[in-house]
Amino acid sequence: MSTVTAGRSTRNLVDLVFRARELSIVAALAVLVIVTVGVNGNFLSEQGVKDIFLNASILVLLAVGQSVVVITRNIDLSVGSVVGLVAFTVGDFLAADHGRGIVFAVVLGVAIGALCGLVNGLLVSFGRVPALVVTLGTLYVIQGVDHYIAHGRQINAVDLPPALLSLGNGTVFGVPYLPMIAVLVMLAVGYYLRSYASGRDFYAIGSSPEAAALAGVAVRRRVMAAYLFSGALAGLAGVLWLSRFGTVVADAANGWELQVVSAVVVGGVAITGGVGTVYGAALGALLLTTITSALVVLKVSPFWQQAITGALLLLAISVDRLLALRVARVLRRRNSRHGS
Amino acid sequence: MSAPGEGEASPGPPPDGAPPVLALAGVSKAFGAVQALREVSLNLYAGEAHALAGENGAGKSTLVKTLAGVHRPDAGQVLLDGEPVEFGSPADAQQAGVAVIYQEPTMFPDLSVAENIFIGRQPKAALRRIDRRAMHGRAAELFKRLGVALDPEQPARGLSIADQQLVEIAKALSRDARVLIMDEPTAALSGNEVTRLFNVVKALREQGCAVLFISHRLDEIFELCQRVTTLRDGGWIASEPVAGLTHDDLIRRMVGRDLDNLYPKQETEVGEVALKVGRLTREGVFTDVSFEVRRGEIVALAGLVGAGRSEVARAVFGVDRWDAGTVEVNGERLPPASPTAAMSAGLALVPEDRRQQGLVMDHSIERNIGITGLKALRRGPVISRAAERDRARDWAIRLQLKFSRLSDAVNVLSGGNQQKVVLGKWLSTKPDVLIIDEPTRGIDVGTKAEVHRLLSQLAADGLAVLMISSDLPEVLGMADRVLVMQEGRLVAEIPRERATEESVMTAATGGTS
Repeated sequence: MSTVTAGRSTRNLVDLVFRARELSIVAALAVLVIVTVGVNGNFLSEQGVKDIFLNASILVLLAVGQSVVVITRNIDLSVGSVVGLVAFTVGDFLAADHGRGIVFAVVLGVAIGALCGLVNGLLVSFGRVPALVVTLGTLYVIQGVDHYIAHGRQINAVDLPPALLSLGNGTVFGVPYLPMIAVLVMLAVGYYLRSYASGRDFYAIGSSPEAAALAGVAVRRRVMAAYLFSGALAGLAGVLWLSRFGTVVADAANGWELQVVSAVVVGGVAITGGVGTVYGAALGALLLTTITSALVVLKVSPFWQQAITGALLLLAISVDRLLALRVARVLRRRNSRHGS
Repeated sequence: MSAPGEGEASPGPPPDGAPPVLALAGVSKAFGAVQALREVSLNLYAGEAHALAGENGAGKSTLVKTLAGVHRPDAGQVLLDGEPVEFGSPADAQQAGVAVIYQEPTMFPDLSVAENIFIGRQPKAALRRIDRRAMHGRAAELFKRLGVALDPEQPARGLSIADQQLVEIAKALSRDARVLIMDEPTAALSGNEVTRLFNVVKALREQGCAVLFISHRLDEIFELCQRVTTLRDGGWIASEPVAGLTHDDLIRRMVGRDLDNLYPKQETEVGEVALKVGRLTREGVFTDVSFEVRRGEIVALAGLVGAGRSEVARAVFGVDRWDAGTVEVNGERLPPASPTAAMSAGLALVPEDRRQQGLVMDHSIERNIGITGLKALRRGPVISRAAERDRARDWAIRLQLKFSRLSDAVNVLSGGNQQKVVLGKWLSTKPDVLIIDEPTRGIDVGTKAEVHRLLSQLAADGLAVLMISSDLPEVLGMADRVLVMQEGRLVAEIPRERATEESVMTAATGGTS
């Protein structure tokens, strides 16, 4: 009987640790908002809130895709370049002929992103090259391709179909499309990862790749799928980027990969895989975006913004490490007390 | 049925004329230069428990992994119901009804216990969603059937080895396997857990399941199994009914030579105390461990897997922190958690896992040997390659290392020769105390005897040796004294004259076997 009670309290402990992460991000957000509003009431104006959500949407989408990859104990650094490539090529394509539909633009963008993901996935899962190296390589290659296609040109909003631009800035019942898309994707992926057998496989692989292989989990196929998905979402994010900003040059979203990875880690997805949720990652993305906006309102130099993101990242992983040590210690004690 | 490689390798007739559920016919498998299996045949029949006997490194685990679809044979066939099959992956083997419990539990620490059992086969509700309630219910039923109190919803992280093993068994049960393969499932279980496991296995066998059972405890083979196949150095030795065999028969087939040759123990003169461990405790890992090792002595630390032996060694050497107690080398107290201090006091640790912890696998032999004494190899600020090479050559000769060039990477060497490199690396620090964890795991019999001769020689030269070993014959053959650990405590000290398989195992399992 003692084992069961021990097990139950262990479970509660571990549950608490994970929920604590999401709760503490919400708390941090609340503190940040309250302080900022205290300094400048305009921060919570309708336009201010809308801006934050619009800005966060693209980061949330990328963070959701990145989480799936990181949960399998891998990483995708190429997403920033994919956003840039897709934003430019799709923009170029639409500018050439105004008759081309917005659906077609989304399909094209997702397809280009998926193709980039496919290359990453093949190299990581079948080529067995470490993910960090592969995606660092594709980051630069895709950037190169982007610059080659762009050739110094830029896409202007006036060349784009109005339907696409209204996707980026329009609203239904006062709610902009972009955050709705991001939330829908987040909920769908979160539900899939939690409630479907193939979704659990991602966690199993990240938790122990060897055990996953022995348990008959199709490890390579799932890792492949994770990259494909991350690429496709980056493609979607690229189209949304185009629709939001209209004006795009070749190095759009340059350097975003690090923001995305930070959001995911701050959101509680373990960089060593197997742990975390897309909800946490999305909250992490929202927090980082809000910090950026708050710093503008608080008139803090934008140079500090990166330092603060970095500090937050260090804080998040230090807290993770401390909690992990604590949990390990408690479990060790418990085992010694109850025997086996 | 196709004839296996050699006529004599036919593993005996079926009990009722039906083809074996699962069989190997003339299977060979090599890893690099090491021939792990040589034309091995094995027949597993429905309703029969079949034991696989053999020393460490005899090829048992490779055989298991071949049946499980992890390894593909280089030659020979796997037969399912008498028909050749190719298991391309573990998933294929599982599809065919083969369930495997591996020696090392294969857990997902971040997932719940129930998920660990049902990964990939979770019960589904509408829209193919996972039915968590059904999953937890079925896990709870399995635990009830096994008679254990485990919470299906708790995370697997932090489960004791025994509990992990039980989860593995529940996993195999949940598959309704036609063939159940167990690679040392009892190594970490206590007496009544073993009894309960055996009852479950017997029930499965009566329901027509074919069982392949691997254990180093010979009693268990005699209790559970009807037939036994013996392997030695990757080769098939015999397949025969268990009835009519004695322990000695089985050991003779496994070892294939006189034990005296394998364990060349020299008489030594026991000197003063070199290592003294006093009431050492690391919370939740081991408690109140005290012992001494004198110069010229080989002291074995025996016990089941997970009893805390390697952990004691790691703490003594300063890799892990201890919570209470003292460690003295030559009368000098060591500070906790400092391997550097331990090394300069004259302690050397040859770890259990030489690939992970003992060697830099893609560095050369000379670099691996040189790494422990870089200070001594320095000429001014730079490390002298010539000095490094001289030292490596000196040790390679003394250890009779088989190599082509000292600049070769150590991963091309056989397991036994790699172990010699680790030994050379540590012996070149001229230690007073050598702690060696599983000195001959995964090493072929020939090299094993050489490692033993070496240890014996070292002790005779005045080194104090603390040897951790799960290999009972090795413990009995080499040790002057046997210390036995059970669940983190030192429970017995048995002098050489009174050390037998029975006395050591009884102490290790808490007097229940």
